[in-house]
Amino acid sequence: MNGIILFAVLPYIALFSLLLGSIYRYTYSGFQVSSLSSQFLESKQLYFGSRPFHWGIIFIFFGHLTAFLTPRAILAWNKVPLRLYILEITAFAFGIMLLTGLVLLIVRRFKTKRLYEVTSKMDVLVYIILLVQVITGLWIAYFFRWGSSWFAMVLTPYVRSVFAFNPDIIAVVQLPLMVRIHIVSAFIMIGIIPFTRFMHFLVYPFAYLWRPYQLVIWNYKKQRN
Amino acid sequence: MKNIRSQISMVFHLDKCIGCHTCSIACKNIWTDRKGAEYMWWNNVETKPGTGYPSKWENQDAYKGGWEKNGDSLELKGAGKLKGLKTLFHNTHMPTMDNYYEPWNYQYSKLLDSPEMDDQPTAEAVSMITGEKMTPKSGPNWDDDLSGSPIYARNDVNMKDLSPSEKETMFQLERMVMFYLPRICNHCLNPACVAACPSGAFYKRGEDGIVLVNQKQCRGWRMCITACPHKKVYYNWNTGKSEKCILCYPRLETGQVPACMHSCVGRIRYLGVMLYDADRIKEIASCEEKDLLKKQLEIYLDPNDPEVIAAAKACGIADSTIDSAQKSPVWKYVKEWGIALPLHPEFRTLPNLFYVMPLLPAMAQINDDNNYHTASSALWDDMKNPRLPLKYLASIFSAGDVNIVGKILEKLMTVRLHRRAVTVGDLNQNEVNTAMLASGLTPEQADGIYRLTSLARLEERFVIPPAHREEAIEMIEETHIHKGNTGFGFMDRPKRGL
Repeated sequence: MNGIILFAVLPYIALFSLLLGSIYRYTYSGFQVSSLSSQFLESKQLYFGSRPFHWGIIFIFFGHLTAFLTPRAILAWNKVPLRLYILEITAFAFGIMLLTGLVLLIVRRFKTKRLYEVTSKMDVLVYIILLVQVITGLWIAYFFRWGSSWFAMVLTPYVRSVFAFNPDIIAVVQLPLMVRIHIVSAFIMIGIIPFTRFMHFLVYPFAYLWRPYQLVIWNYKKQRN
Repeated sequence: MKNIRSQISMVFHLDKCIGCHTCSIACKNIWTDRKGAEYMWWNNVETKPGTGYPSKWENQDAYKGGWEKNGDSLELKGAGKLKGLKTLFHNTHMPTMDNYYEPWNYQYSKLLDSPEMDDQPTAEAVSMITGEKMTPKSGPNWDDDLSGSPIYARNDVNMKDLSPSEKETMFQLERMVMFYLPRICNHCLNPACVAACPSGAFYKRGEDGIVLVNQKQCRGWRMCITACPHKKVYYNWNTGKSEKCILCYPRLETGQVPACMHSCVGRIRYLGVMLYDADRIKEIASCEEKDLLKKQLEIYLDPNDPEVIAAAKACGIADSTIDSAQKSPVWKYVKEWGIALPLHPEFRTLPNLFYVMPLLPAMAQINDDNNYHTASSALWDDMKNPRLPLKYLASIFSAGDVNIVGKILEKLMTVRLHRRAVTVGDLNQNEVNTAMLASGLTPEQADGIYRLTSLARLEERFVIPPAHREEAIEMIEETHIHKGNTGFGFMDRPKRGL
């Protein structure tokens, strides 16, 4: 029963919340969509926390995404042990980088008086959920080898079944506790995106790359360009 | 001349600034007296020499503001497409609150609420960020009137070209010299903040050239703060959005003078329209540094030239705007008389705020008998040996070109000689004529400068073009659709429900 709630119902709640929540937030409280940077109040510690955290999480995120989208490619790559080791070690290193950055960011936030003013309850939730996610992730990578391979074989079918609206939870509920925590907290993370500072990654400014530098806006229609 | 635009520009007359900070307070009261904006001074007044606000803002080796020429192309120094997106997670050169100051307030309520005690109650300083007690150690004008000059004035970035002895003489007690530098956003023609904004929240208004931030679109990536070489974009630490001087556009659109300018006690501020050739922006912003100033002044077009007028009309510029441009005091100071220069043209943003050079601190020498020089020949001599080194002024206003600054001071001096000959009459007319010839002014021009500098009334100092906001609705709809809306329109279209 618990398995159904956590692995067959929760995913849909999370996706539903992400979809409607972010559309709602973007449309009706667009002003509140911001990176909420606190660099202005504290910059030095942020440097050592934010950079490893962000680069780490970006790599890990795309790693997971690749495994969801192209499990066969991952399996093919992992056929040669050396390539498997390279992939696992790189991913683990980025995970460590992510954890280091995250810990430094948490320490920074609770050590710096000025930052209390700009720390919300949701920020605390974000820290907790990220910590759970990163620690369980590293735990799984270290103790249940080799994650990149069994992920592609066990989890990718599950995630695909979720997206096919026919969740197949038989394999998932039998996974070790740490893996189940990792999955559940991932869904919670996805679900709270629209209600936390996670929102800022949805507005990453890709468009900047192909936009002309200068921007002039005219009020009157009669104007050319 | 296919792409003519109009720009609201400004002139600040530095000889008239008394450093009273009324402009700053007017601005603060209207715009930045809120949470997250306490530390912001969209308008601030600095004492020069001094390090300014934020501290040493002119030092682009540290702050990486503005543009730099890279071969034939022009690049942002500390931001830009790849550089910006790479440093999104931690903006390397962005100033923090400590570069400005931590805003504080005093616990005034303690004075009223205190129980009866043996000692007087005190109102201690508390931080406006954390609410904790603090000892203010810096502020927006901490080095006002050269106070703390060993730390502040001596570290002025603009003295880099001065020899050690020149520098030393500036700080000898008898020769101490200073002037005030009021600063607002320059509403540049080639704004670095607009170019640096990854979200596209910054924009320049086509009709009047005011640079604004769309608060809804700003995502707090903070690149603008690094990019603006004048450090006139501020980060609101509470909302997580950038803010800047809006040139009081709600006032301008209703024909009112911006608050800082209206409240100016010394009447040092002028505002008017300049027409310019927008197609030349890129070429001029990326020219050789020695030509920058000259070329920037070339971009502004003569509003009385029939060819310019015809081209401007073809570009859709309203007749009323052209009319305002013809009466613009900025045109007179900057182009007709050539006595006002932009701040730090070497930042390559083509700023639209011009400063009439301060003559008095350069000239104010005291004789051995403790009197100021008054003879015309002595005054003229001082031009060659000014109390405020021209190199210092040149480093601020002309990218280091001493000749341009010297020429302007000569003109200002000539105006004084001419007016003295007219009103006091104790000068040899030949002497005045020689000065006129040397500086290139005519007596009419000298009278014009005198008039606009000292007698001009509000309508002459501020020539605000009608904003034609009534036409703005055309941007949204054809106007006939709004017939019957009493000019207001509906927040939601009055559409029949399903």
